[in-house]
Amino acid sequence: MSGFAPSGDPIIPDYGEVSDCVTNNDFFCTDWFVQQWPSVFWPALLDHILMTVIAIVVGFAIAFTAALVAHRRKWLTAPFSMVTTFLYTLPPLALFQLLVPITGLSLLTVEIALVAFTLVLLFRGVLSGLLAVPDDVKRAARGMGLSSQQVLWRVEMPLAMPSIISGLRIATVLTVSIATIAAFVVDAGLGAPILKAISSPFNTQFIGAGALAVLLAFLLDGILALTGRALTPWTKASR
Amino acid sequence: MDAFPKAFPFMVDNVGLLLEKTGEHLWLSLVALVVSAVIAVPLGLWLGHVHKGEFLAVSITNIGRALPSLALIAILIGLVGIGFLNVLIALILLAFPPMLSYTFVAIDSVDRDLTRAARGMGLTPMQVLFRTEIPLGLPMIVSGIRTATVLVVSSATLATVAGGGGLGDIILNQVAYGMEGVVAAALWVAVLSILADQLIGLLGRLLSPRGVRHLTAQADAVPV
Repeated sequence: MSGFAPSGDPIIPDYGEVSDCVTNNDFFCTDWFVQQWPSVFWPALLDHILMTVIAIVVGFAIAFTAALVAHRRKWLTAPFSMVTTFLYTLPPLALFQLLVPITGLSLLTVEIALVAFTLVLLFRGVLSGLLAVPDDVKRAARGMGLSSQQVLWRVEMPLAMPSIISGLRIATVLTVSIATIAAFVVDAGLGAPILKAISSPFNTQFIGAGALAVLLAFLLDGILALTGRALTPWTKASR
Repeated sequence: MDAFPKAFPFMVDNVGLLLEKTGEHLWLSLVALVVSAVIAVPLGLWLGHVHKGEFLAVSITNIGRALPSLALIAILIGLVGIGFLNVLIALILLAFPPMLSYTFVAIDSVDRDLTRAARGMGLTPMQVLFRTEIPLGLPMIVSGIRTATVLVVSSATLATVAGGGGLGDIILNQVAYGMEGVVAAALWVAVLSILADQLIGLLGRLLSPRGVRHLTAQADAVPV
């Protein structure tokens, strides 16, 4: 084995001075975390945000269109609902691995799977919001001379907004959580440092990445909640 | 692409291996679900019955939903080490929030007029719970168990990273089983999770009193 190392080089790599905390593998070593932040955690966090946002945007575009279609053609609701529920039931790791032979170890594989998981939540959020609009309101809008398109966009959609936003919130939190599993497919996101640390368990790396994922989920959830409140000012006024 | 056609001969040739791993997978999931249900359901029933702890139930659900299963298993490697116990604790923690919050909401949202009427008829608080609230809330309680089941069977696939066994052993071991083995086990676990979901749904329908059976049609594993 030593034949590979040029003479004079140390066999054991020199990682520099480490604190007692790191040597003892304590619960969480702040110094190590801060030191690794720029090279490990920050890039992983950015990748994670990117993966999540792409999945939610694409998933929402598909689910929103499907919900609008199902709103017009009621009989399509059952098949859409069944297919998306089926996709949701699949274990994430299994879906990732089933896509690998088709789309390879790529970001595309990850995004297809993440989008597949968001569909049912987003579809139901939009559709149940639209269905909950009282008939009287729609009739009143028609009576005021609005066309069916105007009723949809100016009456039904705003009233469905709370339900749409709550679908988006659940889907986003779920996607942040599932995106950690994407690390089995691509070396990106907050799952990557977790996987790398598994063979030699180092608590700070697990807890750092895990906590960042939870915080990211709460942050995105909070942003969506605030957006929802800004988009539906009347819900605040009625209280 | 040819991993898919090859996956079926793999299943036939390795049916023993697949069944053994499925057994591990189901045992792990079942123990986690039972332990979690034994704690979460009674707690949810009690909190819902006294109409208290909504904040607790909602917060636990939100945190639970945001917690990545991979991170949880990884953190537990540090705390309890590698093996069955690690993954079991992780799965119990994952199953707990949906069971608690669905049970709480199921009981808490039973029409107050009905519980008042039940009390007026002379039922004790316990009878109100068991003869009015639980039968009416049952579809939603089953929904919570269903959500937890799907989550646990899914996450048990990750048990392999902590040496917990299960079908993940094959899914994440392309070196030993080849791509066809990975695909075969992934298909297998997908079917398993769909079957588990449908089975709980069916049980829920059978257990529900006839009067609330129409409610079960809407209740399923998708979180609300």
